[in-house]
Amino acid sequence: MKNSRGTMTKVSRDNLGTIIMLAVVFAAVSAARAAGLVNSHIDGLLVPICVYAIMAVSLNLVVGILGELSIGHAGFMCIGAFASAFFSKLTAESMGAFPRFLIAILIGGAVAGFFGFLIGIPVLRLNGDYLAIVTLAFGEIIKNLINVFYVGRDSRGLHFSIEGQMALGLEPDGEMIINGAQGITGTPFDSTFTVGFILLMISVIVVLNLTNSREGRAIMSIRDNRIAAGSVGIPVTRYKMLAFTISAVIAGFAGALYAHNLASLIATPARFGYNMSILFLVFVVLGGIGSTRGAIIAAVVLTLIPELLRFLSNYRMLIYSIILIVMMIVNWNPTSRAWIRRHITGRFRRGTGAGEEG
Amino acid sequence: MALLEINELSIQFGGLRAVDDFHLTVEKGDLYGMIGPNGAGKTTVFNLLTGEYKPNEGVIRLDGRDITGLSPAEINRAGVARTFQNIRLFRQQSVLDNVKIGLHNRFRYSTAAAILRLPSYFRTEREMDEEAMKLLSVFGLEGEADTISANLPYGKQRKLEIARAMATGPKLLLLDEPAAGMNPNETQELMEDISYVRKNFDMTVLLIEHDMKLVAGICEKLTVLNFGRILAEGDTKTVLQDPEVIKAYLGE
Ligand SMILES: Nc1ncnc2c1ncn2[C@@H]1O[C@H](COP(=O)(O)OP(=O)(O)OP(=O)(O)O)[C@@H](O)[C@H]1O
Ligand SMILES: [Mg+2]
Repeated sequence: MKNSRGTMTKVSRDNLGTIIMLAVVFAAVSAARAAGLVNSHIDGLLVPICVYAIMAVSLNLVVGILGELSIGHAGFMCIGAFASAFFSKLTAESMGAFPRFLIAILIGGAVAGFFGFLIGIPVLRLNGDYLAIVTLAFGEIIKNLINVFYVGRDSRGLHFSIEGQMALGLEPDGEMIINGAQGITGTPFDSTFTVGFILLMISVIVVLNLTNSREGRAIMSIRDNRIAAGSVGIPVTRYKMLAFTISAVIAGFAGALYAHNLASLIATPARFGYNMSILFLVFVVLGGIGSTRGAIIAAVVLTLIPELLRFLSNYRMLIYSIILIVMMIVNWNPTSRAWIRRHITGRFRRGTGAGEEG
Repeated sequence: MALLEINELSIQFGGLRAVDDFHLTVEKGDLYGMIGPNGAGKTTVFNLLTGEYKPNEGVIRLDGRDITGLSPAEINRAGVARTFQNIRLFRQQSVLDNVKIGLHNRFRYSTAAAILRLPSYFRTEREMDEEAMKLLSVFGLEGEADTISANLPYGKQRKLEIARAMATGPKLLLLDEPAAGMNPNETQELMEDISYVRKNFDMTVLLIEHDMKLVAGICEKLTVLNFGRILAEGDTKTVLQDPEVIKAYLGE
């Protein structure tokens, strides 16, 4: 019996390490800001860093823990962003900032989760790379759909159209909520570093606790051997749906955080396109596939580096690529991994870790 | 009523009738063997029986209930557990967790209890740990509970697969060449484990095996398959002396 408890405490200690690491970084950054040590440029990056770290946690659940490939995750973030901003814009005058933002975040998560669920129903019962193909298409389609979406409000209520602003037939004092390719402007700036940190922390705790549970083990069993999972009675499709839907909800939270940090929210490829989805995938792969902590670290480092390298002007992306390659090699080379474990992570935790979580 | 009753079972892959008009009756408590040359269709019978393949014809009944066409997970929940000829462990997970995944449907707590770490989470996890350790010690694996299963030696991987199948609480245990790749010592141990499980867990076992010593040693009844069809069936002694069987299988 000693052995079994040993397993549980080792994993729990590892997860606790991740949570403490996040809390320490948050405290340190908050202190530095209070002391005026953070320049405005970096300060402006704090919320986006939280957004990307949450996306990394979300995608790691699908790619690293469930073992399915999603290459349209920016699409879920996009839905969360627009759904939450839409709500905040509607209620900007009628609600207090705190309850409004709380509900906006929940709406962002719920709507993104609903789309994740809808996509999952036909796709996740299939075996193979279908999810990758469908999420890729979904990510592109959702952007284009939002770009032809017009919603306005006047004294007669809400008006929808996909034809254009004029087709809404708004009264002169009417107000545009979603203005097609110009998106949503004037979303309240509710996102702060603290809110971002809390959302990140919630996402991390949900994913780590889920992973280290009966249902989490079922999800990982599908990744490790789908046929064996079925043979011991695991309802494979149901657990794929569970993991994918939770991941979409978390991506929706990230979207809400993102939207309330922008003066104007537009569904551009640069923000929600294919390249973004691939960037999130890079976080997961660099982080070690399956490691929540690794994915977060990769997201933070890869968001900061391009900014810190600005002084290199034209050589910036060159150096960035080199750093990326070096990180990849260091992270995946067995010798360097052993060295890191011995000299860096080993100081914070004892034991070797069970391989799937951290 | 027989525990397992298969009638007129057939499956075709392209032009190949891999299993052709197969039938089998396994009584509760039997230790039943299935033998036959390579490619005879033995594994295919297991795959049909566990829902991995859908038969073209035939009916499979477990305890009188028609389980033909159900999904593998549903058939496991109905009471059939199996091991695989080419071992299929959850390779990245610990030995203990492999067995705990087998316990999945016998212990429950809600998703909320897991995420919020409610008392029912800790209580049920502890019960699962205890139950899993009990099963591991039956197979002498209790000292390896924390090992990543991919790092186990081959013989122990086979045993872990049996422990995981047992964890689902089956009525019928299917073993596909459990002694493959084992040395004589390990095979001897395995035979003892199978007898132990059968006695102490009241288990019915259907096994495929090439090792004649094992088959003659522990199976009471046999079915011999050849080219997808039944060549002989009955009690082990009689079947192994059947000239047809010797010609097709043992004589080579
Ligand atoms: N999914 C499949 N698609 C096509 N052919 C198949 C499939 N599964 C099995 N077969 C064929 O069915 C026949 C029986 O295969 P099976 O694996 O059941 O044999 P076996 O008796 O278990 O042999 P062995 O002793 O080598 O394990 C073989 O000719 C095999 O190639
Ligand atoms: Mg076989």
